[in-house]
Amino acid sequence: MSSDVQANEAHGEGEAHGSVAMYIWIGVILAVLTFVEVAVFYIEALDHIEVPILVVLSTAKVILVIMYFMHLKMEHRALTWIFMTGVVLFVFLVTALVILYQVLPGIQLF
Amino acid sequence: MAQAAVAGEHATNTGISNWKVGFWTFLASECLFFGTLISTYMVYKGTALVGPYPEEIFSVITTTVSTTVLLFSSLAMVLALDQVQKANKKAAIGWLFAVIAMGGIFLVMEFQSYLKYIDYGLTLTSSTFGSSYYVLTGTHKVHVLFGMIWMGILAWRLHKDRIPPAKSEQVEIAGLYWHFVDIIWIVIFTLVYLIP
Amino acid sequence: MSSVATAGEKTAGHTLGHEGEDTGLWSWITTVDHKRIAIMYFVTATVFFFIGGIKAMIIRVQLWNPEQSLISPELYNQLFTMHGTTMIFLVAMPMAVAFFNYLVPLQIGARDVAFPRLNALSYWIFLFGGIYLTSSFLFQAAPHAAWTGYATLTSAQYSPGFNTDFWFIGLSILGIASIAGGVNFITTIVNMRAPGMKMMRMPLFTWMTFVTSFLLITAIPIISVALIFLGFDRLFGAVFFDPSMGGDPVLWQHLFWLFGHPEVYILILPAFGVISDVIPTFSRKPLFGYPIVVYAGILIGFIGWGVWSHHMFTVGLGPIADSFFVAATMIIAIPTGVKIFNWIATMWGGSVRFTTAMLFSVGLLAVFTVGGLSGIMHASAPVNLQQHDTYFVVAHFHYVIVGGAMMGLWAGLYYWFPKVSGRFLNETLGKWHFWTTMVGFNLTFFPMHFSGLFGMPRRIYTYSADLNVDIYNQLATIGAFIFAISAVIMVWNIVKSWRSGERAGPNPWDAPHLEWSIPSPPHHYNFPELPTVQSREPLWNDGERESIQAVTMKEVETEPVMPNPSFWPIVLAFSITLSWALVMTGIWWVIALGIIPVFVSTLMWALEPAFPEGSGH
Repeated sequence: MSSDVQANEAHGEGEAHGSVAMYIWIGVILAVLTFVEVAVFYIEALDHIEVPILVVLSTAKVILVIMYFMHLKMEHRALTWIFMTGVVLFVFLVTALVILYQVLPGIQLF
Repeated sequence: MAQAAVAGEHATNTGISNWKVGFWTFLASECLFFGTLISTYMVYKGTALVGPYPEEIFSVITTTVSTTVLLFSSLAMVLALDQVQKANKKAAIGWLFAVIAMGGIFLVMEFQSYLKYIDYGLTLTSSTFGSSYYVLTGTHKVHVLFGMIWMGILAWRLHKDRIPPAKSEQVEIAGLYWHFVDIIWIVIFTLVYLIP
Repeated sequence: MSSVATAGEKTAGHTLGHEGEDTGLWSWITTVDHKRIAIMYFVTATVFFFIGGIKAMIIRVQLWNPEQSLISPELYNQLFTMHGTTMIFLVAMPMAVAFFNYLVPLQIGARDVAFPRLNALSYWIFLFGGIYLTSSFLFQAAPHAAWTGYATLTSAQYSPGFNTDFWFIGLSILGIASIAGGVNFITTIVNMRAPGMKMMRMPLFTWMTFVTSFLLITAIPIISVALIFLGFDRLFGAVFFDPSMGGDPVLWQHLFWLFGHPEVYILILPAFGVISDVIPTFSRKPLFGYPIVVYAGILIGFIGWGVWSHHMFTVGLGPIADSFFVAATMIIAIPTGVKIFNWIATMWGGSVRFTTAMLFSVGLLAVFTVGGLSGIMHASAPVNLQQHDTYFVVAHFHYVIVGGAMMGLWAGLYYWFPKVSGRFLNETLGKWHFWTTMVGFNLTFFPMHFSGLFGMPRRIYTYSADLNVDIYNQLATIGAFIFAISAVIMVWNIVKSWRSGERAGPNPWDAPHLEWSIPSPPHHYNFPELPTVQSREPLWNDGERESIQAVTMKEVETEPVMPNPSFWPIVLAFSITLSWALVMTGIWWVIALGIIPVFVSTLMWALEPAFPEGSGH
């Protein structure tokens, strides 16, 4: 995290973070991704790779919302560091517990 | 404005207000809050001793509709902020009401699902699935409800001309909250409803 | 924003400065000054320290001889549960927060924390939450399922009555204070450093506060949610931890230790921060390998997340999981060891002065290392199976928490007391305090290694004469009383020195950091003007010191504008505590009604101006 005063270029009083058209586009993309997710859910041919596809798609949605709707892309990177700490630990927590409960019991070593 | 740095003589090190830094920090904390709820649901997947089981009662179509509504409420939220920054008071209030309305539709649809599930015999006390499902989604709903009240207060303050463009950060921070609640639902939608 | 010029409008009761400062009770209740809040934290935590200590004394008397029954098993359960809960949540954590509060703004060159009212709120929630928890003894319903509250000991079936309700609600309340505090200090450190105070120029204590704050905001939510699950189980019949319904009691252990292990680092990192400031000062040398010590601290914070299941080796998680946690636990000893070598290397070749603060720091190095070594012993899963739930573990964690965290904070007490009060703590009494602590502490806990290895289980109100561990228990009891005397000496020293201690100047230790550039005690606005920092040890560089002191020692005509005092923090804290206490009823509409005062006081808080009118804020 850098020190000293750094004016945040994208942040000014009364100044918009992005254009209305861009926001609407993001909204549309989010909706489309949601429908793709649901389609993947219903298409039986994709059952064996369903989980990775769904995880990628929903991660993409989350990143879009954070970067554009929450303007994190345009903010000082200190905010990214702070928030990423939470996100990384979130992923760690869910993954660790799922591995402990859903994966490891299925592995027989001895 | 009141939330400016206490050390009034110089701007903050990052150029961002304390409120915004503090709120992002709070959101990082909320990540772990929901992380625990979501992991508990995941851990208890398939451990319910008695039905109904998730695949028997979840209607993906209904949930897709409510999810889409919540997604578009996020869009309305950024548009509201945009209008506040452009000093279009009426449009801003309008978009805030759209946010509240879509949040309301989401809640109503979800509560209807609750009633349906209770009909099927899924309650807080019926199984690990019931407990972890209701506490996870219930906590999320409380967040949505709180956000709607917050938007209502902002709309009132806009109406009273208390939020000029220079103070648009009040709306921006409420927006951060709303988008975060939306993100959590995106994750819940995938992990709870879609992944088998 | 120029605020200095507009200070004329400050309101009555606002001046808390040096001369003619308002010291009435109301000024303390409404204060938002980080220094006063720090003092309140310290005093409150010290009171709880004695409350927790008395419980330990009763436990030690009960264990003097085998098969004694001075107190009932039920009371014994309540005593050890509340001893642990009190010492961790009401002593060690808030005591560290007292130091965060006093020092972080001073060390980074700020006038207050980022959110002064939120800071006051944290304190009042801590106070009310602590009173609420402790009041359980009045109802003879103190928590009794150990500080870890393992399921199903806490279920409505096995713990009927209010005991566990007090516990889970009390901890939930305290969690709010911790998260608010974490948010506050992260924002303060990220945003409010003086010009030139780069992150990598910050004193180590501030750095460790920063890391600890991240651990607070990320670990506390996990226990909060686990407590919510427990509450739903107990009050509304949910089945999270009910094995008869498919619930898994081990999940509680996972969630508890996912919080509980980062919590260990929440307790120890502030102490590491303190001695990283104390040792260089009394060695007259800059900290050896500053960046390494910083990165080691961050690394400890991160790896601290991956070791929680070493508390659960006896659960039977299987060889893969156990191996992973064994390895991770041993790895975390590396950054800790690195720090210890850095401190020793700092002393090496320095002109070391053994003041009491330095004694406590060096004492920490010695005693904490013993605790660290026994930690590595039971990091190994097979060894752990023998030691789990014995007094060996009790010895281990008292060595790291008392010998680490508390000794570090006492070092900090002797080091910074002159800054807070303008007077030295008495060094003779200080040495008595240190040596009685060392003797008493080691005499109490070292024999527990043996009684533990000989098979004495913890958390049981007595032990069999056949174990032949009487002598270790008697040594421990004698040690505990010596240790208690050391605590009395400490309080006596504080009271005596506060009134009539030797006067101290702005920088009595010739220390290098920014907090020593201002008068002792500081003005309520800390810095008349904000200094510009150019190095890590600004006061040790002659030119820089002069330029800083020209600013920081200046007499100002008009004081800088400071935030308004407010009584909404105490009102809101009370409402929050009340609303949580109402959860005990288990009636949903009573609980819902409890939200109303919280909502109203939040609203009043939001409507109240944080700064004086027209101050340019």
